[in-house]
Amino acid sequence: MSAIDIRKLNVVFGDYEDRNHAVRDVTIAVERGESYGLVGESGSGKSTVLRALVGLVPEWSGEIAVLGEQQKPGPRRSHDFHRAVQMVFQDPYASLHPRHTVDQVLTETLRLHGLKGVDARIETLLDQVGLGGGYRFRYPHQLSGGQRQRVAIARALAPEPQILLLDEPTSALDVSVQAEILNLLGDLRRELGLTYLMVSHDLGVIGHMCSRIAVMQNGALVEELGVERMRRLEASHDYTRHLLDSALRSVRGGR
Amino acid sequence: MTSLPTPTTWRAWLTADAPASRRQARAASLYQGWQRLRANRLTMLGLAVLALLVLAAIFAPLLAPYSPYAQSLGDRLLPPGSEGHLLGTDSLGRDILSRLLFGARISLYIVLLVVLVAPVLGLLVGTIAGYAGGIVDTVLMRVTDIFLAFPRLILALAFVSALGAGIENAVLAISLTAWPPYARIARAETLTFRGADFIHAVRLQGAGPVRIVTRHIWPLCVPSLVIRVTLDMAGIILTAAGLGFLGLGARPPSPEWGAMISGGSDYLLDSWWVATIPGLAIFAVSLAFNLIGDGLRDVLDPKDSGQ
Repeated sequence: MSAIDIRKLNVVFGDYEDRNHAVRDVTIAVERGESYGLVGESGSGKSTVLRALVGLVPEWSGEIAVLGEQQKPGPRRSHDFHRAVQMVFQDPYASLHPRHTVDQVLTETLRLHGLKGVDARIETLLDQVGLGGGYRFRYPHQLSGGQRQRVAIARALAPEPQILLLDEPTSALDVSVQAEILNLLGDLRRELGLTYLMVSHDLGVIGHMCSRIAVMQNGALVEELGVERMRRLEASHDYTRHLLDSALRSVRGGR
Repeated sequence: MTSLPTPTTWRAWLTADAPASRRQARAASLYQGWQRLRANRLTMLGLAVLALLVLAAIFAPLLAPYSPYAQSLGDRLLPPGSEGHLLGTDSLGRDILSRLLFGARISLYIVLLVVLVAPVLGLLVGTIAGYAGGIVDTVLMRVTDIFLAFPRLILALAFVSALGAGIENAVLAISLTAWPPYARIARAETLTFRGADFIHAVRLQGAGPVRIVTRHIWPLCVPSLVIRVTLDMAGIILTAAGLGFLGLGARPPSPEWGAMISGGSDYLLDSWWVATIPGLAIFAVSLAFNLIGDGLRDVLDPKDSGQ
């Protein structure tokens, strides 16, 4: 049984002239414990796949199964789903409530999942993401971008999930902080045995984090390949080769 | 249990970089707001006037030299500064200072009642409409539009005529006509927040709509409503005074400020103080609320409090 099984997913926004077929017949299977990357330029529909999965995009057709549980279109998900599947958002400046302290954010999450021993759990969570207890009662505006993203990761870890959905978790951060957050995510996956489904436009990030990647263009999946093949630049589809080329050029140009 | 900090370390405790408890974090954020508010002199002036109003209302029986209802036709229309009547007397020989002090109670009472009804109703209607969207939004907002379409005083007049004259009914009428702007503000704020990632994030924790609205959206809408209420307070006092002036608010012997102006308007040319002094009181209190509202806007506005 796969952790995530998506078959023939289609998402269409709008009607008539505004019609936008954002996701076309996407089929993905993510195994347990795997770290799977979805790559594509902005507007390729990669984030929409994640949002349909968790119910933030309520209207879709196709099949989505998470840990063997079939999901229906619509915003509702079961309590078990919310515990098992957690999401880290792209912009840490927008994903934390501006008037809640770190403590309030984590307490609310733990209470919603009906977990006991809130105080001790918050301490553990903050240690896990590399923030000391000193950050517990701060407001988001008293934290840096990287620290905020660590809080968001702590929130995602709070219900002890099995699957983390990462929506460009580092693209809003400085390059040096990006590396810290990626290393943290890598460590957490090893320690806790998590499954990652990660969306990014940055092949470097995906290559660092993921063992398999899928490339999306204009809402459709164009190629799926292992990370070794990607590193050897053995892509079969033109668009993938183009992406790899431009990634390499930006690396060389930067030096 | 940790011991309470001594006074010398209160400041350090309140400005600590890493608060150690929920209580400290909340106190520190309140303290920062207070510091910012204190930097605004005009707001402090407004607060001082409001404090005077509250003190006058509480201690009216002790401060007032006469009963607000005691008539003395021999002493009618005495100018301010007369023996025993600091602010003069009105056409029935009642001491204006005493009536002004007891009138402060009525003004505060009006303000409190309106504040308890109008913004709360507006917050409920606005956040429900904004968060639910669709048909609920359409129905609630059209009802709001209908209320908004009438001039406030006219609608209040209609309500008072239907309910009967009197201060409670006047307040109720003002509240019922004052909520639509609050509903509009609350809805607009809700619309900006409901698509935010932090709301998505709680939804993905399995939070239901009631919890999201009450615990995550309300705290964000309340500051702009508080600002709007303090700025509207002047208008509320004026509307109450207007109803009093038209004889639909407080009934005659009651020392309501609007009714006092109404009673003094007949003598405006030869006894200017009878109408002018309560007018100045209304002006001072309205201005005080406006100044406080301005200061609060600087402190509470969610758009720039993040820095």
